[in-house]
Amino acid sequence: MYRKKHVEFPENTPQSFHAVGEPVTRVGIEGNVTGGLKLTEDYAFNGLTHLTMVRSPHHHAKIVSMDLSGAEATPGFIRALTAKDVPNNIITPMQLIGIGPKDERIIAQDVVRYKGEGLAAIIAETPEAAAEAASKVKVEYEELPAVFDVEEALKDDAPIITLHGKNYFPYEDHHCRRIRFGDVEQGFAEADVIVEQRYDTGPVEHVPMEVTGTICEPTADGRFNVYTNTQGLFFILALSSYVCDIPPHKLRFLGGVTGGGFGGKVDGVTEYLAILGAHLTGRPVKYFYSRQEEMQISSTRAGWRFYIKDGVKNDGRIVARKLVGYANCGAYNRLVNYGVTKGAAHVPGPYTIPNVYADMHCVYTNRQPASAMRGFGVTMMDFAIESQMDIIAEKIGVDPWRLRLINAYKDGDMKAHRKEAEGTALIEVIQETAAAIGYDLPEDLKALKSYA
Amino acid sequence: MAKHFGRGMAAISYPTGMNLGGDPTGALVYATSSGEFKVTLSSVDLGQGLRTVARQIAAETLGVPLETVNIQTGDTDTGPHCHGSFASRGTHRMGNAVIAAAKEARDVMLSIAADMLEVDAEDLETDGEGRIHVAGAPDKSVSVTDVCLNGHFGIGKTISGRGMYLKEFNTPDPETGAMDPDDGHAHACCVAEIEVDDETGIVDVKKFYSTYEVGRAINPALVDQQIIGGAWMGMSYALFETTSPYNPTPDHAPADFTEYLMPHAAEVPEMENIVIERPNPTGPYGVKGVGEMVSNAQSPAIANAIYDAIGVRITSLPITPEKILDALDAKA
Repeated sequence: MYRKKHVEFPENTPQSFHAVGEPVTRVGIEGNVTGGLKLTEDYAFNGLTHLTMVRSPHHHAKIVSMDLSGAEATPGFIRALTAKDVPNNIITPMQLIGIGPKDERIIAQDVVRYKGEGLAAIIAETPEAAAEAASKVKVEYEELPAVFDVEEALKDDAPIITLHGKNYFPYEDHHCRRIRFGDVEQGFAEADVIVEQRYDTGPVEHVPMEVTGTICEPTADGRFNVYTNTQGLFFILALSSYVCDIPPHKLRFLGGVTGGGFGGKVDGVTEYLAILGAHLTGRPVKYFYSRQEEMQISSTRAGWRFYIKDGVKNDGRIVARKLVGYANCGAYNRLVNYGVTKGAAHVPGPYTIPNVYADMHCVYTNRQPASAMRGFGVTMMDFAIESQMDIIAEKIGVDPWRLRLINAYKDGDMKAHRKEAEGTALIEVIQETAAAIGYDLPEDLKALKSYA
Repeated sequence: MAKHFGRGMAAISYPTGMNLGGDPTGALVYATSSGEFKVTLSSVDLGQGLRTVARQIAAETLGVPLETVNIQTGDTDTGPHCHGSFASRGTHRMGNAVIAAAKEARDVMLSIAADMLEVDAEDLETDGEGRIHVAGAPDKSVSVTDVCLNGHFGIGKTISGRGMYLKEFNTPDPETGAMDPDDGHAHACCVAEIEVDDETGIVDVKKFYSTYEVGRAINPALVDQQIIGGAWMGMSYALFETTSPYNPTPDHAPADFTEYLMPHAAEVPEMENIVIERPNPTGPYGVKGVGEMVSNAQSPAIANAIYDAIGVRITSLPITPEKILDALDAKA
């Protein structure tokens, strides 16, 4: 149950709308609730073929040899794709805007870096034939030491797992994204109380109702219709053009309505191999994750670790924060480097802290790669920061509502990433929630406003 | 054995969009001969209702009835570029692009109407119900349909508009982290009321109270649906889900819904949601962006409620019954 409530803000001038602000029925809702919504998998194609990956059982291993003969002899087998079939077999999604280094193989070449990494794509007449052929590929591995923990991975003696030679994503000349605002040591010296705590968050799946997948159909005029449920059509079109070395004007991406994404359909994984498969076989190719692959292979939300040290005055004002954060991006950095930057802009949370110091790391490990997910770089920080607020409140004996309200940022405050705050409303949402639960705030807190 | 009631809060802010090195979205708007309007995009509707808010924003700006506007998206052969639906950017970027395109189309529509009515275009108003009339003189009017018919068959003029919104490139300073990464912040405060069973370690979420400040709720029902779905995802993140039960070791990764736990219908708590608005100057009709932030306040609110209930502080997610029982044992 919801209600809209009018709260006074300078921007709330009276306006009349005829379409904006109305709870009109969502376009397409009938299809969602009846199953009539046409999604990527609902399109039918003559001569559709099916792609299945051969996947590594090891977390980190050299590929000594691969024998495809058993697969090739399987009835229904059409063709295999291996690393040598991928024209540009090393990417990073944000290369489009000049961010590197490139670190990810589309198909593993020489080394596998996480359990489940694909070594070969098998294209066959039926899903069953593809699965059977894939099971007959013989791979000889030489296992390598693996590392899963972010702090272990940054130790000098940790196995190096990336192609670029560092187990961290380089931010310009630094091994982390830095925030340096004010003088944090001076702030700790002025504080009455120091509160230190470590926080950990686990990786989770996006769990879209519709699993990630693509069907690519070669057209009679030499182009490719790419039916896909990506969250960014042109973004993945451009990356596909690079990986497959097919000019962008030959690619037509078709989608736009998907069964959920939550950030899991931003990377582009299934598109590249479906397009290459169609290009090399001349047949429509379907590459969809199974639910098991969606859970064990597709990107997850990254697991994070934080160490927070706060300096607080006895009256509750937070005067200094030092935060060291580690995001576990897994074997390849897809977009986690960006989540880390987004997290860096969120180190004080919605509070004004005059001295802030942060080192935020994007760390490679031999885990299933992580990537974007709803609340990217912020959701897990809110768990840490808002747990920390209650720990502080108890330690200094201040009501948690008061602690938040007296530290809340307001219009004109300078944030730690040196952007002036505007349009703030933290104080008002706290006041309204207190009222909703019947908690009668003291008058001095009721009188606070976000704006002057 | 007993069940312990606890209450915890959390307050959050969330940025609209990220400047992924120049973050553009385009929109095209045109009228058909029968007086409908098409909005062409390549933005993705993930189920959040992007096409619905695009329709509302276009209808508002054009000044025409909602049902006469249709949204076409999802074909890179016809739709203009959109960076994608992520980072709570969809309504903000797409909406701004649609407003720009719709304004241009509206100007053409009004100029044709002005010629038909032999008045100045500046003196014309739309009633949102399909008619264009002279301000202060509702009887001196023409229908949108007749204007579009005349545009096509009478004078041969396209009623159309182009729109593009760009958040410009901004590189963080590597030394200090100085950056301009967002187009405003939305806000929320959430209270979780829970019960913890000290025998089983199971946390039962009883109720969420939430206030969200979202800039402008273009469609308050869709905002509420985001809040409800997001709260479910947030409590699932707090108490249930993991792809790595022994994180960071990847062993025993769940493979299906019997192993990957999420709350079911019976575990979804009662919710009381309040929506307030502080319009965002950079947003279409004041929009901030509500897509992501709705899953963020639940995990700390629940952790704080658990502490309130049984006096143990769990600092790692998910907060499984095992962790609660271990913490209770350690405390005893």
